[in-house]
Amino acid sequence: MTEATATFEVRRHGSAALVDIKGDVTAGSEGVLMTAYEDVGSASAVVLNFSGLSYMNSGGIGLLVTLLVRANRHAQTLLAYGLSDHYRQIFELTRLDEAIGIHDNEQAALRAVGAS
Amino acid sequence: MTEPAEQAAARDATNWAKTVSRLNVSTVPEGATGINVSGKRLASPIQGFGKMWQKTYQIRVPRERVSAAELISAWKLHFPDFWPPGNRFYGPLTGIAPGEVALIEASLPGRLKLSTGVMVMYADEESFTLMTPEGHMFAGWITFSASEQGDATVAQAQVLMRASDPIFELGLVLGGHRQEDVFWETTLHNVAAHFDVTGVEVDTAVVCVDKGRQWKRWTNVWHSAAIRSTIYMLNAPFRALDAVFRGTR
Repeated sequence: MTEATATFEVRRHGSAALVDIKGDVTAGSEGVLMTAYEDVGSASAVVLNFSGLSYMNSGGIGLLVTLLVRANRHAQTLLAYGLSDHYRQIFELTRLDEAIGIHDNEQAALRAVGAS
Repeated sequence: MTEPAEQAAARDATNWAKTVSRLNVSTVPEGATGINVSGKRLASPIQGFGKMWQKTYQIRVPRERVSAAELISAWKLHFPDFWPPGNRFYGPLTGIAPGEVALIEASLPGRLKLSTGVMVMYADEESFTLMTPEGHMFAGWITFSASEQGDATVAQAQVLMRASDPIFELGLVLGGHRQEDVFWETTLHNVAAHFDVTGVEVDTAVVCVDKGRQWKRWTNVWHSAAIRSTIYMLNAPFRALDAVFRGTR
């Protein structure tokens, strides 16, 4: 339950930071996710790339909520792309889609925050 | 680390509830009302009003008594029995399973009753998560999990929440937080007692994730289960009278 089975790699694109997520996102991913968020620094937008996501449980969704709080505190926009149809539905179910902008691909996400 | 996409997809389909725009209560058990659940939308911490809290309650039982999977299996099966007295959880007959809706009749100070409910958002072999509808005391979810750590199996209840509206936020400040702590500590003691483990302390960790209140969400009070339950209770004589007249016509 507490073992991290996901990686979060941060890369910059203009004023945005992109976070490539790979593996299983669970409550055990908290440490690595928050470390990745520190690498985001002063970016005005944080774009989460879920293309490499294998699985996410409710603990993982909880992590996204706390990440959202942190991003809001720093006036950063949080966006996502690369979600499968299933996880798009999970975002709807948990109503995360009301706070995290969901886009089809990286270009669309970057365009939305003026960083393309 | 990762597994084939097909296996992951199968886990997804099994463990997560299907998306619902509004909750549907198919049958209302005797003693429950369902008035604050049917037709309501689910509410995550994002939709809540008050400060955001993460509360974690843990109890350790000897691993030789029960494994994590066995503990969760028993917790799902006996979930209503582990609740503190005075509160009723009307779970689905089929048990805790993704997408199932359960009704709750909770006790409030002043002999008030609060009718609400939850939906099972997620369930696997080692955890399950209940999500609240609009109008519930808090907007968010509770994850019940178990893990094996050394010679112990750790049972955990973790709440991620914001008070739904200003009235519930005030209630939390005026003793609601303590009441909730007692509620989940009692529940965990009952879980441990199910495996003949008594006299074990519950570890409680409370973190304020967000000190800010979402003032734009004050209108959530419109859905308040407390207000609606009270009105429903006060209307009971009129409903009874109406039933008599309808019966005699």
